[in-house]
Amino acid sequence: MSTGTPIARGLLPERLIIPMDQQAGPAAVPVVEVGQRVRKGEMIGRPGGLRSAGVHASASGTIGAIREGPVPTVNGLTTSLCVHLQTDGRDEQAPSEGWPRERDARIDAICNAGIVGLGGAVFSTAEKLRDDAECDLLILNGAECEPYISCDDMLMREHPLEVVRGALAMMDLTGAESTVFAVERDKPDALRAVREAAAQLGDTRIEFARVPTVYPAGGERQLVELLTGREVPSGSYPPAAGCICQNVGTAFALDRFMRRGEPLTSRIVTVTGNGVAHPANVEVPIGTPIGDLIHFCGGYRGDVTRLILGGNMMGYALPGDDLPITKAGNCIVAAHADEIRESTGEWPCIRCGDCADVCPPRLLPQQLLRAATVRDFDQLDSLGLNDCIECGCCDIACPSQIALTERFRQAKQAWAVVSQRAAMADLATRRHRRKLARLAAQTEDIHRQQDDLIAAIGSEDSRAMIEAAVARASRRRGESDTAH
Amino acid sequence: MRFELKPPPHALPTTSVPKVMRHVIYALAPAAFAHVWFFGWGICINALIATAAALGAEALMLRVRSRPVKPALLDGTATVTAVLLAFAIPPLAPWWVPVIGAVSAIVLAKHLYGGLGSNLFNPAMVGYAVLLISFPVEMTYWLPPRGAELGHSPVGAWDSLRFAVTGSLPQALAVDAVTQATPLDLVREGLTSMQTLAEVQAGPLFGGMGGRGWDWVNSLIAVGGLYLLFRGIIRWHIPVSMLAAIVVLAAVFHTIDASRFASASFHLFSGASLLGAFFIATDPVSAATTNRGRLIYGAGIGILVYAIRTWGGYPDGVAFAVLLMNATVPLLDRYTRPRIYGRPR
Repeated sequence: MSTGTPIARGLLPERLIIPMDQQAGPAAVPVVEVGQRVRKGEMIGRPGGLRSAGVHASASGTIGAIREGPVPTVNGLTTSLCVHLQTDGRDEQAPSEGWPRERDARIDAICNAGIVGLGGAVFSTAEKLRDDAECDLLILNGAECEPYISCDDMLMREHPLEVVRGALAMMDLTGAESTVFAVERDKPDALRAVREAAAQLGDTRIEFARVPTVYPAGGERQLVELLTGREVPSGSYPPAAGCICQNVGTAFALDRFMRRGEPLTSRIVTVTGNGVAHPANVEVPIGTPIGDLIHFCGGYRGDVTRLILGGNMMGYALPGDDLPITKAGNCIVAAHADEIRESTGEWPCIRCGDCADVCPPRLLPQQLLRAATVRDFDQLDSLGLNDCIECGCCDIACPSQIALTERFRQAKQAWAVVSQRAAMADLATRRHRRKLARLAAQTEDIHRQQDDLIAAIGSEDSRAMIEAAVARASRRRGESDTAH
Repeated sequence: MRFELKPPPHALPTTSVPKVMRHVIYALAPAAFAHVWFFGWGICINALIATAAALGAEALMLRVRSRPVKPALLDGTATVTAVLLAFAIPPLAPWWVPVIGAVSAIVLAKHLYGGLGSNLFNPAMVGYAVLLISFPVEMTYWLPPRGAELGHSPVGAWDSLRFAVTGSLPQALAVDAVTQATPLDLVREGLTSMQTLAEVQAGPLFGGMGGRGWDWVNSLIAVGGLYLLFRGIIRWHIPVSMLAAIVVLAAVFHTIDASRFASASFHLFSGASLLGAFFIATDPVSAATTNRGRLIYGAGIGILVYAIRTWGGYPDGVAFAVLLMNATVPLLDRYTRPRIYGRPR
C-alpha cells in the first residue's frame, strides 16, 4: 500500500537524535561538543573500532546535547550515547573529501562515510568489501526482506542508475568474478528499471535474477541457497559459501558517496499500516524521531495499538514514537488491533508439522517446542535451535497459534546463560585441577630432594659434606669460646 | 504516545485448530451423503449419538483435569473423532455402541494420555478397537446397499432410530434377515470355505471396483481427501505411501493367484482403505511428523492392512494397522529428522 506514490522528500525535523550505536560493530565515538555548529555531512562520531562506522550530521545546525538515551538497534531497544542536533533549516553541506584512488584507502573512506548494510543488519560495508578472500560471487539483494516493506522496490524504480553504479563499484572493490542482481517476481517495474540502467551504462557483467516472492527469500542465507544452491554453513556468514550479499540501498549510498562525496545521512523508510494517514516511502534524515516521520505522513489515523519498527514478521514493537530512526530502520508499521496478532487462546500443539513445512532452515519447530518446554539443551542442540533465524514463519502457519518464535528466543537466551555457566564451571574445574597438579608436583619435588639427600648419605660426597659440616661447627664453637 | 509491547511476529495467523477441524468435517460430508443414500440414515444417528457422548466425555474429563472446558469443546477435535468413529460403526447399532466407542476414544485414548495433542494412539481407532473386541456381534450389523436388499424392504430412518433406542426392529424385519456381511467379510468367509474369488464376487453385493455402494462412498471419501490435500490440511506423504503399499502388495499377489487374492482395486475401494489413508492415518497428533517419517508410517500401515486382511483374523485391518504404527511414531520422529540448512550431511 506504500508503492503508489513516489518517494517523499523534504522531511527536516527541528531536532534530530543521532545515536552513536547504529551499526553491528562497536559504537562510534563523538567528536563534537555541545554548542558546536555543524554542517550536513560533517562527521560527529568517528568509527569506534573494527566493524564500526562513522556517524554524520544529517542536517546543518547546532549540537544541543550529547547524552545517553534509548535507541532501537538490531539487538532490540538499548541505551546509547546520542548527539542531539537542533537543525537550522539552512541545509548547509560540508565540503566533500573526494574519492581516493587506492583500494585500501577507498575501503577506509567507506568506513568513515558511515556506510553500513541498509537491509536491516547494518553490518559494516567496508569490512564486507575488505574481506573478499574466497568470494567469487557478489549478490545484490533487491528482494525485500519482509512483505510490508517496499523501500528497496521504490529505490530501484526511482534511482536505478545510482544503484547499478554502486553495484559496479562493489564488483571492482571485491574483485568478485560474477554478480547476480536478485529482484522479486512481484517487482517487474524495479527489475525493468535496473536492467535498463545496466544497459545504459553499457554493462554486461551483471546477471539479473527473478526470485520468487516468498518470505523470507530476502534473508541472505535463503537468497544464497536460492541463487547458487550453496548453503551457508551453520554458524557462519555468506562469505563461508563464497558469496557477498549487499543490499540495493547500500549500493545507492555507496554511489552517492563516490559521486558527490556525501556520507550516509539519510535512508528510505517505508511508513505503512492502517494506523497512518498516508502510507509512503520517505527519505528520512538519520536521527529523525519516529513521531516526526508519522506527522510527515499525515499523522496517526484511528486507534493505533502497536508501533512496529521493521516489518510485521521480524520487526519489534516500540514503546513510544520519540525514538529516532537509525540506519537500520527500514520500516515503520502503525497498526490497528485488527491487522496484528493478539496473543489469544493457544491450543495445544497438534503435531501437524505445518511449522516444519514453512521453516527456511528446515528445522522441526514442533519437536523444538517440546524440547524447549522441558529445557532439554542437548536435544535443542541436535534439533538446531541456534540455526533458527527467527523469521516467524512457523508462528503464522501454526493452527494452534503457539508463539513458537518467542519460545525459541527465550530458549536461546536460557541456553546462552546455561552454557556460560557451564563454561565458567568448566573453567573453575580446570583451574582447580591445575592447582592440585601444581601442589602435587611441589610435594613431589620436596620428596625427591629428601630422597636425594637420603640417597646421598653414605656416598663419598656425603662423607666429605659431613666432615665439612663438623669442621664448620667446631670452628664456630672455637669462635664463640674466644668471645667469652 | 504509548503503544503495547508484544514480541514478533505481528502478522496474523493464517489458520486455527477449529478451522482445520471444520474442513475435515466438510471433506467427510459428500461420503456421508452417499452412505445415507446406500445404507440409510444409520450413520447420521450414530454420528449424532457419538458426538454427544464425545463432547460429554470431553467436558467431564476437562473438569476432572481442571482445564478450561469451553475452548476445548469448541475446537472441534472431539466432534471429528466422533464422526470418524461413526463411519466405522455399522448403520444398525444400539445406542450404547457409539456411546461406548466415543467415550473410550475420548477418555481412554485422549485424556488419559494428556488430552489434545498428547495422545499416542488415534482416539477414533481406539474406540473402534474397543467396540470390535468387546461387541463382535453388534459390529457386524451392516446393511445391504440400496437395490441389493434380499427380499425385504429397506430399513428406514425411523426403523434405524427405533433400533438405536430399543435394540429391536419391527416384527416384519428380523435383525439377522436384514443385516448383511460386508464385501470384505464375504471374501474372507468365501476363501476360508474354499470358494474361489470369482465365485464370491459374483454375488449381488459386489460391483465393478469394490462392494456395491462402497465404491461410491469410498470414491467420495477420496474426493474429500483430495480436498484436504488442496486445502493444505493434510500432506500427500501418508495417503500416497499407504495406498501405494496396499496396491503394490495386492497387485503382486493377485498376479500370482487371482483365485485367492483380491485385486488392487477391490482392496482400494472396499473396506476402510481410503478413509484410513486420507482421514485416519493423517490424524496429525498420532501420525509421524517428518516427511520421511510419514512415508515410512504410511507404508507400514498399508503393509499391515494388507497382511491383516489377507492372513489375519479380521476382515479389515485399518484400525489395528494404524494403532500398531502409532506406537512407532516417537521412534520415527526421532530418526527421520531432515538435515538442517548449513549443516553437514
